Amino acid sequence: MRFSALRLFKEALTGHKGWGPQWRDPEPADAYDYVIVGGGGHGLATAYYLAKEFGAARIAVLEKGWIGGGNVGRNTTIIRSNYLLDGNEPFYEFSLKLWENLEQDFNYNAMVSQRGILNLVHTDAQRDAARRRGNAMILNGSDAELLDTDGVRAMYPFLNFDDARFPIKGGLLHRRGGTVRHDAVAWGYARGADMRGVDIIQNCEVTGFRIENGKVLGVETTRGFIGAKKVGVSVAGSSSRVMEKAGMRLPIESHVLQAFVSEGLKPFIDGVITYGAGHFYCSQSDKGGLVFGGDIDMYNTYAQRGNLPVVEDVIESGMALIPALGRARLLRSWGGIMDMSMDGSPFIDKTHIDGLYFNGGWCYGGFKATPASGYCFAHLLKTDRPHETATAYRLDRFMTGHMIDEKGQGAQPNLH
Amino acid sequence: MIINHPLLGPRDAQEFTYLGDASLLNRPDWQAEDAAEAFHDYLYLRDNPAGEHRELWYHEQGDRSWLVVTRNTLTHEILKVELARDVAKAAGKAAQ
Repeated sequence: MRFSALRLFKEALTGHKGWGPQWRDPEPADAYDYVIVGGGGHGLATAYYLAKEFGAARIAVLEKGWIGGGNVGRNTTIIRSNYLLDGNEPFYEFSLKLWENLEQDFNYNAMVSQRGILNLVHTDAQRDAARRRGNAMILNGSDAELLDTDGVRAMYPFLNFDDARFPIKGGLLHRRGGTVRHDAVAWGYARGADMRGVDIIQNCEVTGFRIENGKVLGVETTRGFIGAKKVGVSVAGSSSRVMEKAGMRLPIESHVLQAFVSEGLKPFIDGVITYGAGHFYCSQSDKGGLVFGGDIDMYNTYAQRGNLPVVEDVIESGMALIPALGRARLLRSWGGIMDMSMDGSPFIDKTHIDGLYFNGGWCYGGFKATPASGYCFAHLLKTDRPHETATAYRLDRFMTGHMIDEKGQGAQPNLH
Repeated sequence: MIINHPLLGPRDAQEFTYLGDASLLNRPDWQAEDAAEAFHDYLYLRDNPAGEHRELWYHEQGDRSWLVVTRNTLTHEILKVELARDVAKAAGKAAQ
């Protein structure tokens, strides 16, 4: 079933009785060529690109709960390609290019909105760093524009420009960045994968791997054994718990990141703003709610809820940047569990077990990576070679000294 | 979260900073033959359990002591708090 204006028109005239389920609910088969563990954005995108771009058949996506119920449904919906390092920026630029064509590609309205991201700077040093990062972005085919104070004032006159401690001195504007309707990304990929024959099996938890002579034969699940030639694990947030079943320890800690939505307000922030003097970022949803977030809670957790000190810290940063925020009421907040890796960068790699592949470690930047993560993981699964934009995301990079540490924090996951 | 400090009693977790898994107390022997590998595992790999987790907290806004806190990562319940010094001593790691 293709979505189109004509189809919508026809359905409108016939009482919208022709819309069916967007994907099947199949029973698991005995064996597949490819089993993807994790029906989140990345897992579904992997299955979609495996089927569509790499012509693979007999693919299953196994999901413990319902698809899109993890971090793809719990993020702040921002997409961007504004990284500094060579290991990262080509990958995120590839991702942003996929975002730009995504809706046409999978025929689903994901509300991709390239409304621009502005990273504010407050000191000369920050301006220098922004200039350097902007140049790195441009070198990798992305876009960046350095604004002075007047340039920022023209966009967002209500910001706290003349704060005594952190006056706004300008910002790095990334016009192609923006926001996406996050749930629709999961649904669009699920529908696209299902249309190409992928079995999306929900309520099917992987409880173990069957591994013999260093080769994976399949996965044990709550719905029985499912054989597979290749197994790709894409369960960021729970990576350590799942890979432990294959006897692996990962360079990852799980942390909670909280996010917040205010009551619906009239439009006043038409892009994404990030604060340079504290950890705070904010956009406004199409429903009018201000969507914002800040730091992770700093301690290991799988609880999907945070504590009040970070709530206070985020709101303080928000108030310091946008004093008008104080008049809005907070509607809701939530937490998602992040794979915080040792250098703040992800993994898309083979494991030492033949046929077992791993995708994870996305820290709190996984959403924007969804299309490229799926594409590159599919590439790896199909060809056994990394995609050219994802060669640096190796599991052994700490052993070989090829860390990708954007913030230069060292092996301290909660600081990335 | 409230951390029941062994010397100071119940303190708000906000007074502390968090380092990570308490296995960081067990620094490998740098003269061992497999030191490079052992330090890689020590520095970069984590058990990252869902459930009981022994972890290092530093009482930065208090008495500047290091604590080993046993905490449930699924519920945030704190099960046990020890001075890291005592833990290290018991393991024969710290100087007297």
